[in-house]
Amino acid sequence: MAVVSKESALETKPVNPRVKSMKDFYERLKKNKSALVGFYVLLFFFFVSIFGAIDANYGITGVSSNATNLTAKLQGPSAEYWFGTDHLGRDIFIRILHGMYITLGVGFAATFLAGLVGVPLGIISGYFGGWVDTVIMRIMDILLAFPGILLALAIVSVLGGSTINVTIAIAIGAVPQFARIVRGSTLTTKKLEYVDAIRALGAKNGKIIFQHILPNIMSPIIVNTTLFIATAILSAAGLSFLGLGVQPPTPEWGAMLNDGRNYMYQASHITFFPGMMIVIVVLAFNLFGDGLRDALDPKMKK
Amino acid sequence: MTTFIIRRLLQLIPVLLGVTVLVFSLMHLTPGNPAVIMAGESAPEATVRAIEARLGLNDPLHIQYFNFLTNALQLDFGVSIRDNIPVFDHIRPRFFITMELAIYGTIFAVVFGLLVGIVSAARQYSFSDVALMVVALFGLSMPNFWLGLMLIQWFAIELRWFAPTGWGDPNQIALPVIALGTAGAAIIARMTRSSMLDVLSQDYIRTARAKGVKERIVIFRHALKNALIPVVTVIGLQFGYFLGGSILTESVFAINGLGRLIIDSILQRDFPVVQGAILVISVSFVIVNLIVDISYRFLNKRVDLN
Repeated sequence: MAVVSKESALETKPVNPRVKSMKDFYERLKKNKSALVGFYVLLFFFFVSIFGAIDANYGITGVSSNATNLTAKLQGPSAEYWFGTDHLGRDIFIRILHGMYITLGVGFAATFLAGLVGVPLGIISGYFGGWVDTVIMRIMDILLAFPGILLALAIVSVLGGSTINVTIAIAIGAVPQFARIVRGSTLTTKKLEYVDAIRALGAKNGKIIFQHILPNIMSPIIVNTTLFIATAILSAAGLSFLGLGVQPPTPEWGAMLNDGRNYMYQASHITFFPGMMIVIVVLAFNLFGDGLRDALDPKMKK
Repeated sequence: MTTFIIRRLLQLIPVLLGVTVLVFSLMHLTPGNPAVIMAGESAPEATVRAIEARLGLNDPLHIQYFNFLTNALQLDFGVSIRDNIPVFDHIRPRFFITMELAIYGTIFAVVFGLLVGIVSAARQYSFSDVALMVVALFGLSMPNFWLGLMLIQWFAIELRWFAPTGWGDPNQIALPVIALGTAGAAIIARMTRSSMLDVLSQDYIRTARAKGVKERIVIFRHALKNALIPVVTVIGLQFGYFLGGSILTESVFAINGLGRLIIDSILQRDFPVVQGAILVISVSFVIVNLIVDISYRFLNKRVDLN
C-alpha cells in the first residue's frame, strides 16, 4: 500500500486502479505464509511433473515406469528403490514421477473445461435473467442432483474408462458449480450503480459483460478454479481407483492404489506412497486457494 | 412457510424429471446396441433379440422413456441382466446399508466437526487452534478411499483391533465410518470455526462478557446457538455427499451397499441395475436437500422472530 501511494505521488500520471489492486493483492498474498507454502509446493510439482512427462516419453533417466523385474517384486523402500517396488517389481518412485503430469493434467484440464462452459452459462444466467436464467439453472439443478462422483461415474460407465473420458466426465460434473458461483457474482455486480450508469450511456451488453462484469467477478472465478482443481484430482484418482478411470499400466496415482490394495498384507508401501502424494498435491491446492480467497477478498478477513 | 414448502416441492418436479431423463439416456448414449453390450460380443443372435424384446428396445424412444418413468414411479426398475432378479430386490437391502453408512458417517462428522470447530474458535490463534486447523486441512485433502486403505493397514492388519472388511458387526463399522466421515468432519469444523468467530465478535457477546458471564456459558449458550445456523446447511449437504462418497468407501471395505452394486454392475454391463441404483441415490439426495432447505428456512425464521 505504502509503496503504491508513494509512486502515485511521484508520478504525474494516475496509477491504473487495476494495477494498484494487483499490487495490493500480491502484498496480501505475501503475508499469508500458508498460501505461499502451497504456491511454492505447486510450483515445485509443476516443474517435477514436466520433467516426469519428458522422462516418461523420451527416457532421460533410462528407467521405465513399466519395466517389470520379478526378482525384485514387493520390495520395501531402499536406496535403490526409494518408494519400494510393486507386485511386478516396478519402481514406485519412478511410476509416481511419471504419473504426476497425468494427475495434475487431468485436474487442470477438467477444471479448465468446466470453467469454459460454466462461466459463460453463469454470466448469461445472471446478466439476462428471466426464462434464460430459469432454463439454465434448472438444467444445472438436474446435474447437481447426482452427489459427489456419481455423475462422473455414470458418464464414465457410458463412455468407458480412459484419461480423456475421465477428464470430460469430471468437467461435466463441475460445470454447475462454476455456473452457480458466477451467476451469483454477476447478479451482485449487475446491480452496482456504475453498471447502471454505463448502460444509461448506451453501452452494449457485450461491452458491459466483457469490460465491466467479467473483471469484477474474476476473484471468485480464480479462487474456485484453484479449489476445484483439488477436487478434480481427488475425483479422478477415485474413478481410477475403482478401475473406471485411467487404465493400467498407466502410472496414474489412483490406479496405482488400486493395484496395491491386493498386496496390503505383504507390501503396504504400494498403497502408502501414491496416496500420500495425492494428499500433498491436494493440500497444496487447498492452502493456495484458501490464501487466494483471503487475499482477493479482504472484506472476508477480519 | 407453507407457500415456501409448496413452491420448493413444485421446483422439484422438473429436476426429478430431468434426473430420470439423464438416467434413462445412459443406456442409449452408449455406443452400439445396448442389447449386444449386455449379452456380450459373441452372444448368439437369439439372445440379443431376447434382451431387446425384454427391455422394449425396439419401441420408439419416447415410448421407452414413458415406460421407464411410469415403472420407476412404481419402484419397478426392470430385471437384472445377470440373474433375472428384479432390480428393486437388489437395491432394497443395499439401500439400507448405504443409508446406515451415510447416517453414521454424518454423526461422526457432526460430533468431531463441531467439537473441533468450537475448541478452535474459543482459542483463536492458540497452538491447539492452529494444530486442529492443520489436521482439518489434511482431512479435507485426503482421498477417502486412501484413508480407508490406511485405516485397514493400521487398525485391521497390524493392530487387529477391527475387521478389515464387511458391515454389520460393531468391529466392522468403525473404520468405514471414520474413512467416510473425516472429510465431512473437516468441512464442518472449518465452517463452525469461522461461523463462531463471526458471532463471537458481535456486540451482544461483548456485553455478555462485560456482565461477567463465564466464558463457557458465553460460548455454549450465547454464541453456539446463532453460530450453528449456517452450519446446519453444511451438515445436510454432507449427508447427501456421503451417499455419493460411500461408493468409494464401500469398494474399499467390501461393503454390500448401493455403491458397490453400481460398480459391480457397471463392470458387468448390467445397465438396469446401474440405472435403478443411480436413480435411487440421486432421488434420496434431492429429498435430503429439500429437507435441509426447509429446516434452514425454519431455523432462520425463529431467529428473526427472536
